[in-house]
Amino acid sequence: MNASNFALPAVVLIILLAGWMRRVPLFDTFLEGAKEGLSAGIAVLPPLVALMVGVGVLRASGALDMLSFALTPVAALLGIPREVLPLTLMRPITGSGALAVFTDIIRIHGPDSPVGRVASVIQGSTETTFYTIAVYYGATRVRRTRQNLPACLTADLVGFVMSAAAVRLLLS
Amino acid sequence: MMNAVFGGMLLMGVVVGALSGRMPEVSEALLNQPGQAVELTLVLLGNMCLWSGLMKVAEAAGLSQMLARLLSPVTKRLFRGLRHKGRAMGLITLNVAANMLGLGNAATPLGIAAMQAIEKEQRYPEDATEDMCMFVTLNTASLQIIPTTAALLRAAAGSKAPMEILPAVWLSSATSLMVGLLAVRLYGGVLRRMGR
Repeated sequence: MNASNFALPAVVLIILLAGWMRRVPLFDTFLEGAKEGLSAGIAVLPPLVALMVGVGVLRASGALDMLSFALTPVAALLGIPREVLPLTLMRPITGSGALAVFTDIIRIHGPDSPVGRVASVIQGSTETTFYTIAVYYGATRVRRTRQNLPACLTADLVGFVMSAAAVRLLLS
Repeated sequence: MMNAVFGGMLLMGVVVGALSGRMPEVSEALLNQPGQAVELTLVLLGNMCLWSGLMKVAEAAGLSQMLARLLSPVTKRLFRGLRHKGRAMGLITLNVAANMLGLGNAATPLGIAAMQAIEKEQRYPEDATEDMCMFVTLNTASLQIIPTTAALLRAAAGSKAPMEILPAVWLSSATSLMVGLLAVRLYGGVLRRMGR
């Protein structure tokens, strides 16, 4: 047994215990949240259709292979498998786009293959950088974001390299 | 941005497909992919219901506030230009707590409110301040303790151990977060030295 098998049940248990101790009506509150989750989930469908068609066409035409092939030297230098490069290009730009590329990768290579594992760790350990910066600064009167974007993109790049390294280190 | 991504992908796909004689495959993708998107949404939908429901319970039980209190020694050190007990600092810790729990729906409005509170406290600067950059960087890094979406999609794709990625995810997101925060300080220093 390893600790990661306990993480999910433990989080569920802590939440339910805390709710029970504070006398939160567990079932009613759960349903209220679940309904919000349902509408948020349905709202994801239209962008997902658009981006999965885009990714599908790009892969079927061979353009994705060409792009990955062109970037192979960079990937090799950073220790990132060539097959996950489309994910690293998509991840900072769009959440649903990354989701589309990610499902594509684990369907083709298998979730437990080295490529599938690196893609999973990247998907789990990074966020949509451009969107966040746009939304957060959009709410303010700030004109210049100074070092923010370069700093975040540096963090993303390190996250990609580290994801591949962590899979080599911890999962093989 | 998204217009360029969407249009670019389709245009490039069709042009490359025509040149390489792979139009049958491209047509097939156009027919199949929308259905795949629906399948993916169906897989995600149950998961989103479950976690939104659980997180509603967590919020009602005051878990985000508890987590926020636990985090305050760290947040105080990160945001050197903000009052320790100010409104901005409170919103920041709540946003970070929501992010750690994977409460995306709650984290974004809290984050926007926090940005506006920082802006007000720092008298509406034209340029992003270091505290703003720190805060946005915290939000572009993944703080989520359990990456449920990635694990779920692994399970749906037939993984034997969907959760085995957890330690690797923690290592990778912690490293990338540290680098991001350091980069904010470092690049900020460089910009100042250049007189900007």
